[in-house]
Amino acid sequence: MAAQVQLSSNFRIWPVVVALAIVSAPLVLMYAYLFVDTVTDSAAGSLIPNELTLRHWDFLWQTRSGKPSIWLVALNTLVFATSTTLIVLAVSSTAGYVLSRLNVPGRGFFLAGVMVLHAFPSVTLIIAIFLVLQMVGLYNSLVGVILVKAALDMPLGIWLMKGFYDTVPWEIEMAGITDGASRFTVWRRLVLPQVMPALAALGLFAFLSGWSEYILPQVLAPASSVQVLSVYLAGLIADDNNFDLNLFKAVGVFYIIPVLILFVFFQRHLMNIYGGGSKG
Amino acid sequence: MRILLDKFSKSFGAVKVIEDMTLEVRDGEMLALLGPSGCGKSTTLFAICGIHRVTGGRILFGDRDVSNVPSQQRNVGVVFQSYALYPHMTVAQNIGFPLQVKGQSTAEIRRQVDGIAELVHIEELMSRRPAELSGGQQQRVALARALIRKPDVLLLDEPLANLDAKLRLEMRSEIRRLQLETGITAILVTHDQVEAMSMCDRIAIMDAGEIIQIATPTEMYHNPRTQFVAGFLGNPPIAFLHGTASEGAFELTKSDLKIPLQRSLPGKISRLTLGIRPEDFGPSGDIVIPGKVAFVETQGRENLYDVRLPDGSVLRSIQPVRSDVSVGQEVRWAADSSKVMVFAEDGTRL
Repeated sequence: MAAQVQLSSNFRIWPVVVALAIVSAPLVLMYAYLFVDTVTDSAAGSLIPNELTLRHWDFLWQTRSGKPSIWLVALNTLVFATSTTLIVLAVSSTAGYVLSRLNVPGRGFFLAGVMVLHAFPSVTLIIAIFLVLQMVGLYNSLVGVILVKAALDMPLGIWLMKGFYDTVPWEIEMAGITDGASRFTVWRRLVLPQVMPALAALGLFAFLSGWSEYILPQVLAPASSVQVLSVYLAGLIADDNNFDLNLFKAVGVFYIIPVLILFVFFQRHLMNIYGGGSKG
Repeated sequence: MRILLDKFSKSFGAVKVIEDMTLEVRDGEMLALLGPSGCGKSTTLFAICGIHRVTGGRILFGDRDVSNVPSQQRNVGVVFQSYALYPHMTVAQNIGFPLQVKGQSTAEIRRQVDGIAELVHIEELMSRRPAELSGGQQQRVALARALIRKPDVLLLDEPLANLDAKLRLEMRSEIRRLQLETGITAILVTHDQVEAMSMCDRIAIMDAGEIIQIATPTEMYHNPRTQFVAGFLGNPPIAFLHGTASEGAFELTKSDLKIPLQRSLPGKISRLTLGIRPEDFGPSGDIVIPGKVAFVETQGRENLYDVRLPDGSVLRSIQPVRSDVSVGQEVRWAADSSKVMVFAEDGTRL
C-alpha cells in the first residue's frame, strides 16, 4: 500500500509529451542547426551534415579586413553591458528606496513620472538623443551609448525596486533608528540586505538587456572601435559582397554563449524576482 | 530614569490623536498604557521613542528635554509587536547591532552580548537566524537587543500579542523579571487588561486620546473612576444594569426590581447604571436579585453563570462549580451592597 502514498497523475503522460514535442520541435531544430551549421559546410537546403570543419570559427583568431577584432567587439559589449548594469543598479537601489520610504517633495510626481517613462517607447527618442550626443561630443563613444542605455532602463529598475522596498516591514527601520543607526546605515545595513534577491535579478536583467541591445549602439556608436557584438553581427549580413551565412551563425553562437552561462548560474535569482523577494 | 510627558499633543494632519496629555513614569517603575485599539497608546509610545515628532508639549527624560532630539540620540530600547529582528543577521549580530552602530570594539560587543544573552537565557541560540527561532525565543532576542544599550527607558509595544497562550504566560513573568532585575523604567503598551494588571506597578488607562485614570492595578480594579474603566478591567467582565433613581433606590428599567443605594445621590440625577462584578454576585449578599440562569460556562475550577433579569439584562456570577444549578432554573442570588458600583449617565462614578 506504500506506493499509494505517492502522487499519481490523473492523466496519461505520453499525449502531453507528444503534444509538447510537436510544438517545440521547430525551436529545438532551429537551435540545433544553428550550432550544427557552424561546424559543417552542408549545402543550403540539406539537412544532413557533410563534414566537420572549424573554418567558420576562424573569426576568433583572424580579423577580417574592414572589420574590428572580435575580441575588441566582445570586450566592448562586456563593458557596455556591465557599465549599464552598474549604473542601473546604483540608481534603482537608491531612488527606489527614496520613492518607497522617504517623505521627499514631489514624490507623487516622480512616481508617476517613472511610470510614464517606463511605458514610453524609447525608439521614438532616438533622433533627439542622436542630436544631443553629437552636440555634447559623445556620439560614437561607448560612454555616450552607456549613459543612454542606462537612462532608458532605469525607470523599470526604479519601479521594481520601489515595489520590493515596499514589502520590507517598517518595523525593521524603526528598530534600526531606535537602535541608534542613521537613516543611511539603516538603508545600507538593514534594508538593502532584504532586497538583495531583487537586486541580483534586476542586475541580471539589466546585463542581459545590455548584452542584447542593438538599436542604440547601431545608431549612436557604429564606429568599428566601439562596436558591440549585435552591431558586428548585423554588419555581417549587411555586407552583400562577402555573404557568409555560416560565419553569421558562428558569431551568433559565440554571442549567446555568455548568456547561457549566466543563465545556468543565476537561474535561481531570476525565478525569485516574481516570488516576493524577502521572506518574513 | 523618570519620564515625563508634559502637556504632550500629537496630531496627524488635521486629526488630533492626543491633546494636552500629562503623564509621569517614575524611576524604575513599570507602567502600562492600557486602552482599546485606536486610543492613542501606540502613538504615545512612538512619540516617546522619537519615531513620531511631537506636535505640542514636552517630553522629559529625567531633566533632559528630548522633545526635539532625534530618535537615535534618545537612548530608548523598544520591543516591537512583530519583534522587528533583522532577518539577515544571526542572533548575536542582532543583539550587538546597537553597539556596533556606536562603534564599539568587537571584543567589547562580544562581552556585552554574552552578558545580556545570559540574562535573557538565550546563550545556546547565538548563531541562529531569527527565522529559525520560536516566537518566545524571538521575543527574548528582541528584549536583549533593546536592553543592551542600557537604555533610559524600555518601551514595549504589545510584546505578547503574537504569542500563544502558554508562552504568553511565561513571557509575562519573564519580562517582569528582567525589568525588576535591571531596575529599568519601562512602559508597556497593551490592550489586554490581564497583561497590564499582572506585569505593571501602575496602569494608565486611555480612551480616545485621554488618560482616564492612573492607579495601581488593585486600586483601579476596586475603585474605577468611570464606567469605562470598570468595564475594561476584570475577566469575566463586570455586568451593568441600567435604570432610574427614585427615593434613594435604583429601579431597574421595565421591572419592579428595586435596589436600595448606600449613599444619597447628589441633586437631580435620574438615570443610573449599576455595575456588579461576577465575584460579587452569588448565593450570599444583602441585595436579592431574582433571575433565571440563561447560560453556564464551565471554566474548570469555577463556573460562570449568566443570570437573566426580568428586563432582559444579564448579570454574571462566578462561583465554585456546583451541580445544583442548570440552565433555565430560577435563582434568587444576591449582591453585596458595599461592592455595587454606581455610575451616572455620563459614566462617572458616584
